[in-house]
Amino acid sequence: MAVVTSGLAASAARSRWSPSWRMVLRNYLVHRRSKVFFLTGFLEPVLYLFSIGIGVGQLVEPFEFNGQLVGYAAFVAPGMLAASAMNGAVLDSTFSIYFKLKFEKLYDAVLATPMRTVDVARGEITWALLRGGVYSVGFLVVMLLMGLVDSWWAVLAVPATLLVGFAFSAVCMALTTFMRSWQDFDLVTLGVMPLFLFSATFFPITQYPGVLRWVVELTPLYRGVVLCRELTTGAVTWASAVSVVYLVAMGLIGLAVVSRRLGALLLR
Amino acid sequence: MSQPVSHPDPTAAPRTSSEGPPSLIRATGLRKSFGDFEAVRGIDLDVPAGEAFGFLGPNGAGKSSTMRMIAAVSPPSAGELRILGLDPATHGPQIRARLGVCPQEDTLDTELSIRDNLVVYGRYFGLPRSECASRADELLRFFQLQEKARQKVESLSGGMKRRLTIARSLINQPDLLLLDEPTTGLDPQARHVLWDKLFRLKQQGVTLVLTTHYMDEAEQLCDRLVVMDKGEIVAEGSPLALIREHSTREVTELRFGVGQHESLAERIDDLAERVEVLPDRLLLYTDDGEETLARVHERGLEPAAVLVRRSTLEDVFLHLTGRTLVD
Repeated sequence: MAVVTSGLAASAARSRWSPSWRMVLRNYLVHRRSKVFFLTGFLEPVLYLFSIGIGVGQLVEPFEFNGQLVGYAAFVAPGMLAASAMNGAVLDSTFSIYFKLKFEKLYDAVLATPMRTVDVARGEITWALLRGGVYSVGFLVVMLLMGLVDSWWAVLAVPATLLVGFAFSAVCMALTTFMRSWQDFDLVTLGVMPLFLFSATFFPITQYPGVLRWVVELTPLYRGVVLCRELTTGAVTWASAVSVVYLVAMGLIGLAVVSRRLGALLLR
Repeated sequence: MSQPVSHPDPTAAPRTSSEGPPSLIRATGLRKSFGDFEAVRGIDLDVPAGEAFGFLGPNGAGKSSTMRMIAAVSPPSAGELRILGLDPATHGPQIRARLGVCPQEDTLDTELSIRDNLVVYGRYFGLPRSECASRADELLRFFQLQEKARQKVESLSGGMKRRLTIARSLINQPDLLLLDEPTTGLDPQARHVLWDKLFRLKQQGVTLVLTTHYMDEAEQLCDRLVVMDKGEIVAEGSPLALIREHSTREVTELRFGVGQHESLAERIDDLAERVEVLPDRLLLYTDDGEETLARVHERGLEPAAVLVRRSTLEDVFLHLTGRTLVD
């Protein structure tokens, strides 16, 4: 038998897939059979929408947002869309990456192949985005069925959630490379909770007094929430581009840090 | 079986001279430091294609650091290093594409099935799916793991995990196979199964580079080896040549009561070429062990236990460094 033959045949028949997709494929194979894994990510924003948007929303009169009258559920729904993109990205890029990095030694094995740290980083982020994208489409369909979508712009809410996912995956993965123990992840929860509650997800930014409003406007989830909301309510302006640029920049910075840190940790 | 080295890229495999196989690993003054600690202190290496080459040394000798540099996952701190004729600093991915690496600790993907471990690993090398699948099945057969193909990694014994790790390192049909302590922690039977597999690979012409602190492993598998100690190479040669050069033909081991060895050594140090005092025994280096033993008895010494044996690499190491290999 010939377990080992020439490297010639191998190099002639290279797959055309980009290296980062190989990481995505690996994650797909791991998760393809776990239905619960996919269900939880989809259910979270839906449950919030029913409880707060619909339940609490019955006590709230429709109010004016960006010059048009919106119901409370239609106001909260895009907030949930963006927030769940953040939550999914954070989960995928913290615990799961930490496990693979420190315990499973997955990246040690991957980096012994032609794969580079940037391929690993891109691949893991792409995977998180794909998963998040599926949830976003599902949630958008729920919104549509419940009559909470007011504009064709809403189609672009899916790429908007991908931007939110990109920004948070990249930055959280970068943070994860600095973690020394599981306890450090409490800090992540500590950061994510206030973002989730106070990024104009459940009430308009106009409720904040002067300076505090400016602070909130500078936080990443607010940019995501306001972008999604502008899209699903059809209130898109050039100002929406600010959020896009903000999120892209955040993601690119995170990605650069992750690649460097993986190199520093694993290619010593 | 084709030649292990036959590349489309003519610059990739330079020849050491006009004759002889090309040099797969060439290092000059290679060093590696981590902060203040210098793990590798200037070593020279030249490993031609087709050779089974070993690094023998105790824990902390710098073997793994050297292996990681050769695997192009750890940049050298100083010196020159060429793997397959390429510079790992600039051609890391190209080098790694043609290496097989079996790390010291298992880094198997515990979330995938055993067969998927091989298939997915092949994909990391950019191999097409059908190619990965057929190679995976071939490797599972070769390493006698085909019955376990659908199971998770946790269900495997230590020896099987090791076999799977080596199988995985062969998925890209490497020109150079790096094995960092391939059998450490395995029971004797599992070690012999693995040695058999590695020996077959060697016969197929795969260039093997391995580290070990087992002298029997080095003797079984290596055509040539270097003895490393404290980040330096202290000797180099074939196992037999090393023994001939640095030891005597036979060794007489004498075991006395605890604490007596030091004082008794003085009474018999004229009976052998060299006497080594270990905490639990005396080693008398001599060309005729039985003869030496008879002389020991003539002096009225009655050791509690006696063993006459041939010299091994362990003795070479002891002679060169004054320490034993396995603590």
